Amino acid sequence: MSDLNIEIDEEVDITNVVCPVTFVKAKVALEELDDGQVLKIHLNDGEPVQNVPRSLKDEGHQILKLIDNEDGTYDLIVRKVEE
Amino acid sequence: MATDYATLKKGGFMRQKQKNNFSLRLRVVGGQMTAQQLAKVAEVADKFGHGYVHFTSRQGVEIPFIKLDDIDAVKDALAEGDVKPGVCGPRVRTITACQGSEVCPNGCIDTEALAVELDARYFGRDLPHKFKFGITGCLNNCLKAEENDVGIKGGVKVEWQADKCIQCGLCEKACRVNAINVVDGKIEIDRSKCNYCGRCAFGCPTDAYTTTPGYVVSFGGLFGNRISKGEAVIPFIDNHDLLLKVCDAAIQWFDDNANPSERFKYTIERVGEEKFNQAIRDAYNNG
Ligand code: HEM
Ligand code: SF4
Ligand code: SF4
Ligand code: SF4
Repeated sequence: MSDLNIEIDEEVDITNVVCPVTFVKAKVALEELDDGQVLKIHLNDGEPVQNVPRSLKDEGHQILKLIDNEDGTYDLIVRKVEE
Repeated sequence: MATDYATLKKGGFMRQKQKNNFSLRLRVVGGQMTAQQLAKVAEVADKFGHGYVHFTSRQGVEIPFIKLDDIDAVKDALAEGDVKPGVCGPRVRTITACQGSEVCPNGCIDTEALAVELDARYFGRDLPHKFKFGITGCLNNCLKAEENDVGIKGGVKVEWQADKCIQCGLCEKACRVNAINVVDGKIEIDRSKCNYCGRCAFGCPTDAYTTTPGYVVSFGGLFGNRISKGEAVIPFIDNHDLLLKVCDAAIQWFDDNANPSERFKYTIERVGEEKFNQAIRDAYNNG
């Protein structure tokens, strides 16, 4: 799975904000996309990586992958799913 | 005729410092009242009280400044709106609960249904001293289970399903007690660390965990003059009937062993923790 090439449509960096704005920022970025498009979210270890993926899942989006950059940040790959 | 304060107290009427005035405690189950009940409470507070109510620390509602002479009229008026008086004194008090799995995204158990069930089973039962049950839907513990004589906390037992896993590693991140390790593409759960919070399962993008809801129960909590945290004696209970048997055993042990006016915690200390734990373990093992 980890070698799968997923085409990224858009990127957002949420490492410069704290929860709960992290989620709001990610959500707004997803709103800009069309159904089925893929967003890469750059986020911090700790609270953001513990909570943001779960919140996006609860909103109905599809988490494809989490990449550990091994520098205290992650890239979360999410496919937008419209209600 | 002398006023029978003990009977009034049993019926939820708390004597106020103002002579012949009572703060009437109402029966609330799991922190919920219907709009219809609230409308009746408002009406009674306006007509017979001072036009306000007091919310107690344990989800109770009291209508202060009810006059001694109005007590029967107040009871009748409340009954019209399906509002029942509460209790004070040495007996099982309000069963408290958070909103639980029916409403809260984190909820592991249906706290409200359980509150209704425990209320029917125990509410008002006479005992050597007051006895409190509190039910909280998950490890977040919004309802503060351990401050009750019996605290019930919802949780889930998780099992990893290899075939659904996409190896994203989110569950390992979501676990706050580091109970999850990914070893050679396999998820290993350290059961000695797992606290049944379910964060791994709820966060998993592919729902690669199965969850079995259940209860973590604590005994002997106190949060008044003395503060003491209820202790878990037995493991996670994943069976509703067994939970009731354990609650039955705890309350019966208290009834059988406590001196008058002795709280559960003190009875456990006086008679011996090991004896109490054994009684609970017996109920758990033979349930
Ligand atoms: C003037 C200030 C603000 C107003 C008027 C406001 C208003 C709102 C409203 C109306 C919603 C509901 C949106 C919806 O229907 O989905 C909302 C959601 C939310 N707000 Fe605010 N907000 C304000 C400031 C903030 C701030 C400062 C934060 C965080 C630092 C915040 C965090 C959130 C979050 C996390 C949600 C949930 C997002 C969602 O689930 O869609 N808000 N806010
Ligand atoms: S204890 Fe859990 S289920 Fe209950 S309200 Fe808090 S978060 Fe929700
Ligand atoms: S249920 Fe909670 S404590 Fe147990 S492994 Fe999952 S996240 Fe960790
Ligand atoms: S969160 Fe789910 S999919 Fe991701 S590693 Fe854990 S079990 Fe696998």
